[in-house]
Parts: sequence; C-alpha cells; structure tokens
Amino acid sequence: MSQILKVAMPKGRIYKKAAELFLQAGIPIPTDVDESRKLIVELPEAKMEFILAKPVDVPIYVEHGVADIGIVGKDVLMEENRDVYELLDLGIARCRMSVIALPDWQPGIQQRVATKYPNVASQYFRERGQQVEVIKLNGSIELAPMIGLADRIVDMVETGQTLRENGLVEMEELFGITSRLIANRVSYRMKSEEIQQLCDQLQKVIQPSTANETQEIR
Amino acid sequence: MSKPKGFEKPTGVRDYLPHVVSKLRYIEENVLQSMSQWGYRQIITPTLEYYDTVGVASSTSDRKLYKMLNNRGTTMVLRSDMTTPIARVMGSLLKEEPLPIRLAYHANVFRSIEEEAGREAEFFQTGAELVGVDSPEGDAEVIALAIACLQATGVQNFKISLGHVGFLSGLLEEALPGKVREQEALKDRLLNRDFVGFREQLSAFNLSNAQRSELEGLLRLRGAEDICEQALEISSNEQASASIRHLCKVWEVLEAYDISKYVMIDLTMIGNFSYYTGMVFEGYAAELGSPICSGGRYDNLLAQFGRSVVATGFALKTNRILDGVQLPVPQPEKPIMVTYDAASRREAFAHAASLRQQGKMVVTEYAAEATNDNLSSDGYGEIVHFKSGSPAISQ
Repeated sequence: MSQILKVAMPKGRIYKKAAELFLQAGIPIPTDVDESRKLIVELPEAKMEFILAKPVDVPIYVEHGVADIGIVGKDVLMEENRDVYELLDLGIARCRMSVIALPDWQPGIQQRVATKYPNVASQYFRERGQQVEVIKLNGSIELAPMIGLADRIVDMVETGQTLRENGLVEMEELFGITSRLIANRVSYRMKSEEIQQLCDQLQKVIQPSTANETQEIR
Repeated sequence: MSKPKGFEKPTGVRDYLPHVVSKLRYIEENVLQSMSQWGYRQIITPTLEYYDTVGVASSTSDRKLYKMLNNRGTTMVLRSDMTTPIARVMGSLLKEEPLPIRLAYHANVFRSIEEEAGREAEFFQTGAELVGVDSPEGDAEVIALAIACLQATGVQNFKISLGHVGFLSGLLEEALPGKVREQEALKDRLLNRDFVGFREQLSAFNLSNAQRSELEGLLRLRGAEDICEQALEISSNEQASASIRHLCKVWEVLEAYDISKYVMIDLTMIGNFSYYTGMVFEGYAAELGSPICSGGRYDNLLAQFGRSVVATGFALKTNRILDGVQLPVPQPEKPIMVTYDAASRREAFAHAASLRQQGKMVVTEYAAEATNDNLSSDGYGEIVHFKSGSPAISQ
C-alpha cells in the first residue's frame, strides 16, 4: 500500500512552472490553484497532497517533516541552509544570483551591500576577503544603490530588464539558480518508494540540457 | 537583547512538567531495563569536561559546543554527547578492564544552537556502547539492541537504515585515485544531502561515462539484502567490497536475530567521516520529521584517549521520542487523600503510613470542620476523612 505524499509547493513565480512539470510527468495537479486562496489541495488519485506556502518557507515545512517533499529555488536553499535532501534539479525558473551596482561604482572605504540574502552575500564577500556591511531588505532591492542606502546589491537576476530600466549593471555572478526537489530526512527513508517513483517520473520530463547549462554558468 | 522578563528561560532549554516527566521516565526505565537485560551496565560521567580533551575529540562541531572558563581560565565544555566522555573513561579508569565492555547511559547533553524553535540546547540521550568487538556480530548486536530499545518504548512503525562509510570511500578512491580534494568535495555533498550538487560535481570531473553513472547509481542503492549483491558488482576496489562483505555478514546476523525486517540497507547513508569508521545506522519513526536514533562504529576515537580499541554504539534521541511519538505510557495511579483534624492527627498518619507500606500513594491534608465536605474528589482515587470521636469515612 502506498502512502500519501505531502508536497510543499511555492506560491507565485515558480508554481506555474512546477505545476506544468508535474502535468508533463503525468501528475494531474491543477495549474490555477495559485490564484485561489486555498492553502491545501488534495489529489487522492495521485496519492498526493499539496501545501501552498511562501517560497522561503518551503524548506522549513520540509525540514520539520510536516511536508515530505517540496519545490524551492536554489537561492532559498543557499540562504536558509536547512537540513533536507536536495534530490533533483528541476531545471525550471532559471535565473542567477549576482552582484549589482551603478556603472561608475568604485570600492569605497565603508562598503555596504543591500540584499534579501544576507547569509549568501556575507559568505560570498568573506570568501573573497572583502569586509562589507550587509543590510537586509525585503524587496525592491534595486532602490538601495539608486538612493544611496548601499553601494552594491546582491540579488536574483532573471532577464536583467529591471536592472537596465534603473541604470544598474551586473558586476559578478555568484551562482546559477533553478528550482530543486527537496525531501525530509525521515520521509526520504520511510516513504522511499513513493519519493523514488516521483523522482523517476520527473527526471523523464526535466529538460536534458539542465546539467550542462548549470555547469557553464558556474 | 533586553533584560529577560521573569518567566523567561534561555532558548532551547525546557521545563518538564509532571505528566511529561512520567512519560520521560517511562522511556528511560524501559530502555535502560532492556540494556541491562543485554548485559550493558550503566555509567554516569560529569556534565563538565575540558575543552582540550573531550571537547576537541567529540564529533560535535566547535561552534555547537557550550564553552566556558573555570576560575583558572581553562576552557571547559558542557558535554555534547556521552560517547566521548565514555571514551575518556575507557582510557583511564577502565584501562585495565578486560574487553569486551558493555556500557549504557541516560544523560542530558548540550548543544549550542541557532535561536530557533525546534532545536534543543539541552536534551536527553539514552544509549549504549560496545567496546572491544570488531566483528559483524558486534555491529549487529548494537543494532539489535537499538531495535529492542525502540520496541521497549512502544514506538510503532519504525525503520532502521544501515550504511557503511568504507563503501563510499573505496568507491571514490577507485574512481578518483589519489585525488583527496575531489573525493572530499563529493563526500561533503553527500553529507549535506545535496544530491544535485553531487551530480554536478561528478560531471565537472573528468570521469568516463561508465564511472560517472556508477557513482550516480550510488544514490539508488537502497533496499534489502539484494543491495549488497548489486553493490558488490559495482566496485572492484578492495575497501569498497570489504565494506559490503562486512554489511552482508551483519545482515546475516540480523536475520538470525529475526529483526532484518526492520532494517534496510542504504548506501547513500553516511555518517561524519572524521568520526565513524565502519557501519553507520539511523532509526526513523513514521510520525517524526527527524531520526529517533543513530549510531555506528567509531574505531579511532578511543585511541585519542590512550586506549586503541574498537567500539560501536548508538544513542536514542530520547526527547524526540518523548515529544513526537505516541507511546503506551500507563496512566499513573491516583493518590488516596487522607484528611484529619487536630485530634485525629495521630490516627490519620498511622493509617497513611500503613497504606504507603502497601505501596499506595497517599496525600494527607489538615481539614478543619467547615471545609471537610467541600473537598473535591478530582484527582484522588479515594478520600478518607478522620474526625475526632467518629469512625473514618471513605468517599
């Protein structure tokens, strides 16, 4: 008898792409739940239950075991450093984490970096032997260098459109980002068959170029 | 941080109220009882140890150790596990004791943690160490004991995953001979449970397709004893195949114990390499998001304390079982209430004493005339009133 898999899904940008991937893999997940206010969607025919969460919270649900598996961006995983299995690179919601500044940026005496990802940013600059002050912001990070809150920012870049519109340039790329399938430590073992089966189903529909592209970005 | 309010306590530590304590004691007593039935004798070691001895040798990372200075300025630690203090005792007080030695413990241990709910800074571990046996029989005995302990607590629906650190080391040495840094990178990825990163690293190295798919196949090596055969075919490296042959033998012994149905072999499971040297295992309960027990072989630890002998052990994560698992804890019996007035005091105490002699729980309370009838029987199995000049009345 197979058990119900609880899947934590990120609301917003990634949801639609993840849902499409599940559909291709033959799991009939509704693609429009994101617009409704439902938080839990049951899918008894696939023996699954979807929990709709804020993306940064997905690894928390999975780490605590209230969800067996989840889908989350690598950016969140890098920032949160949760104790979960990272099983698959789904190859969706592709973008990159970059250092961004005004085109005429020069290293000042007191360097400040604004970001939604303070852990990622601190670690990156420390590894390069740069001591910077990190300021955590929660959105519209691009504002910071424009109005003088910080001289650089670390943020996700998808097309670069927002940067161009605001006269900012990408200076360095930290790493490439895609969405990942993660699993709870215990679920990975107690529900190993169900999870392995899902992995195999998804693996078949993941764009095969994924691994190579990620490699090039690095 | 502002000055704490009166009711506050540090994050990560907790109070145990009576009903929780009875469950904790139930687990503790049942587990220690099982261990004692397997010939494991209890040991108690101090809460405080030196940083330079037990602190450094323990498998707990430095930043997770609680450190403090004593009055001479020596760095001390609160013990972060019991295995390392026991290793210290093995190398000193028990140095001449003939092997094998079987020890059991139940103790609080300390880990300095991030300020977040769900991670405890002080918690209980109940565990056992088998020192001086390096055979598969010894490994299997410890696993069998762990299972017996879980059964004794009444945990339903649990599983044990069994792996071996030598298999991976051997496999990597075969694929990337002499390239220690590359091997470490791959091990790191697996230790962090980052399978995506593991695959990425693999494709970054100059490996033949066959070798790459062989190493990727490692992530699928989970199941029953047939996994052993599959794994043997994968590698011709001496260390890897010796590890697998060892696991097969452990499996044979587990079958003789008739407990192999609880165990699955999982070669993706690896422990801390600087600590574990052979088989490693973890236990899981269906209701809980994190493991309820872990253990393995650590043959190098005792040498750090001057006694170079092999050892295997495990510890139950007692707090997780306490908080997360439904157990058949017997309801405590309700006490008998004995009330009395000034003149019947002697008589009432004598009655209470004789009841206690019979093993009953008795609470006595002075009750003046007026309150006598108002006493609620809630929480008491029986109420006995003693009043001067009249016989005792039971309610």
